[in-house]
Amino acid sequence: MKMVVVAGTPGSGKTSVLMHAVKDLIRAGHSPALVKIDCMWTEDDARFKRLKVPVAVGLSRDMCPDHYAIYNFDEMLEWAAAQGANILLNETAGLCLRCAPYPDKALAICVIDVTTGPNSPLKVGPLLTTADAAVMTKGDLVSQAEREVFRERILEANPGCRIIEANGLSGKGSAELAQLMAGWPDICGEMVLRHNPPLAICTLCTGELRIAKEHHRGVLRHLDGFMEYKGE
Amino acid sequence: MSQINSEIMPLTLTIQGGVDKDGHLDAVSEIEITSGEIIGIVGPTGSGKSTLIADIEQFALGDTPSGRKILINGLEPAGELRCNPRKKLVAQLSQNMHFLADMSVEEFLRMHAKSRGKDPGLANKVIALANTLTGEPVNPAFPLTILSGGQSRALMVADIAVISDSPIVLIDEIENAGIKKQEALRLLAGEGKIVVVVTHDPMLALMASRRIVMKNGGMTKVISTNEDEQRVFKDVERMDGWLTALRETIRQGEVVA
Repeated sequence: MKMVVVAGTPGSGKTSVLMHAVKDLIRAGHSPALVKIDCMWTEDDARFKRLKVPVAVGLSRDMCPDHYAIYNFDEMLEWAAAQGANILLNETAGLCLRCAPYPDKALAICVIDVTTGPNSPLKVGPLLTTADAAVMTKGDLVSQAEREVFRERILEANPGCRIIEANGLSGKGSAELAQLMAGWPDICGEMVLRHNPPLAICTLCTGELRIAKEHHRGVLRHLDGFMEYKGE
Repeated sequence: MSQINSEIMPLTLTIQGGVDKDGHLDAVSEIEITSGEIIGIVGPTGSGKSTLIADIEQFALGDTPSGRKILINGLEPAGELRCNPRKKLVAQLSQNMHFLADMSVEEFLRMHAKSRGKDPGLANKVIALANTLTGEPVNPAFPLTILSGGQSRALMVADIAVISDSPIVLIDEIENAGIKKQEALRLLAGEGKIVVVVTHDPMLALMASRRIVMKNGGMTKVISTNEDEQRVFKDVERMDGWLTALRETIRQGEVVA
C-alpha cells in the first residue's frame, strides 16, 4: 500500500488537482482509494464518487482536522486495503499552518495557490517545509515571471522539494503528479510524524469561553513573545 | 537529450498534432519552426489558441488534454528543461495584464532574475526599457499591484527581453496591451529567436511568415504569407503609423490637425 497525504490552504485547488491525478492513476492501472477530511461540511465526496473510486469522508467537527486525520490514519489504511486499493489518497483540510499531517513514509504533497502572492510560501510553515512536493495551482492567472518568482520562494522555504505546476481546470501537471504517486515506495513498519504538533492544549481547547486572562491555564504566549506556564 | 540547454541555437521547434475539442485529429499533423521565424496563431475566441500556446510553454508530451507533442531539435525535451526556470527555453507573455505579487517593482525583478540564475542588477535595466514602451514611467519603488495595465505589460515585455531571454518566445494578444506593439514585438523577438504570437492585429499577423489557423480546439491549416499580403502589409504599416501618431496627439491633450 502506498499512502499520499495532500494538504494545502482552503481553496487552493486540492480537490480539483487530485481528481485529475486519480483519473491518470486509474488509466495507468492503479487502484486508488480516497479519504477526504474536512471540518464542518464537504460535498467533495460526490465529486470523487463520479470517478468510480472508493471514497470515504471524515468530518472532524470541533477537533483539529489534522489531528483527527493523524489519529485515524491506521483506520484509513485498513479501509483502503479492504476496498482492494493499492494507493490511499488522503486530502486534509489544513487550517492553522502550525503543524503538518505528514507521516514520514507517505508522499507528502502541499498544494499552494500562486495567486496568494510570493510571500505565501513563507507563511505556510511545516505544511510546505516538510512536504516532498509542492503543487503550484492557478498559474494561468499570473504572468510567467510571477510564477517563476513564486517557485523561487517555494524553494527558499523547502530547498529539496519537487515542484509541479498544475491546473485544476485543464488538468495540466496531473500526469506528472500521478507518476510521482505511483513511483513512491510502499509504506512499511511504524510511521512517525515529520513535524512536531503545536503546543499542548490550553483552556480554550477544552471549552473555556471567557476571554479575560485570569481564566486561562497552560503554556501561554503573550503578544510580546513572552511565554509562561500558568497552572498547578 | 540532456545536452540541450538554453544556450543552444539554432533550434527547431516541432508541434506534433493531437486532437480538437471533439477528439478529432488535428488536420495539421506536424509543423516545424526554426530559429528566426515569427509564426502566428489565429482563430476565433475559444478556438484553442491559448491552449496551443500552453502546450508549447509546458512542452506537452501527449500529457495535456490536446494530446499534442512538442519536440526540440526532433527530441522530447528532458524534464529539467520543462520546469527549471534556469534551463527554460521558453519566455511567455500571457494575456494577464496585472501583477498580484505584494512586492515592490525592484524587489520583484531582482527575485525573478535570481530565479532565472541571472544578475539581480538587471532589474534597473528592465525598468529603463519598460519606460521606453509606456507613457507613464514606472518607479522601482512602486508596489507592483498599483501599476496600470500598460505599465504592467511594458514591464512584462522588458522582463522577457532582459531576464527571461529565452530562444522561444510566446506572445498572447499583445495588441490589447496599451503599449507600442510593434516596438514590443521587435524587442521580444530579439535576434534569431522563435516567436509564436497569437494575434488578430493585421500588422502583427502579417509580420509572421506563416500562421496556424485554429478552430474548435484543433489546428486546421497553416497559411504562408505571400507577395499580395506583403503589399497589403506596407499599407497597413503606413496606416498604423498614422493612427499611432493620432493616438499620441490625443493622449497628449493636443488638437488633431
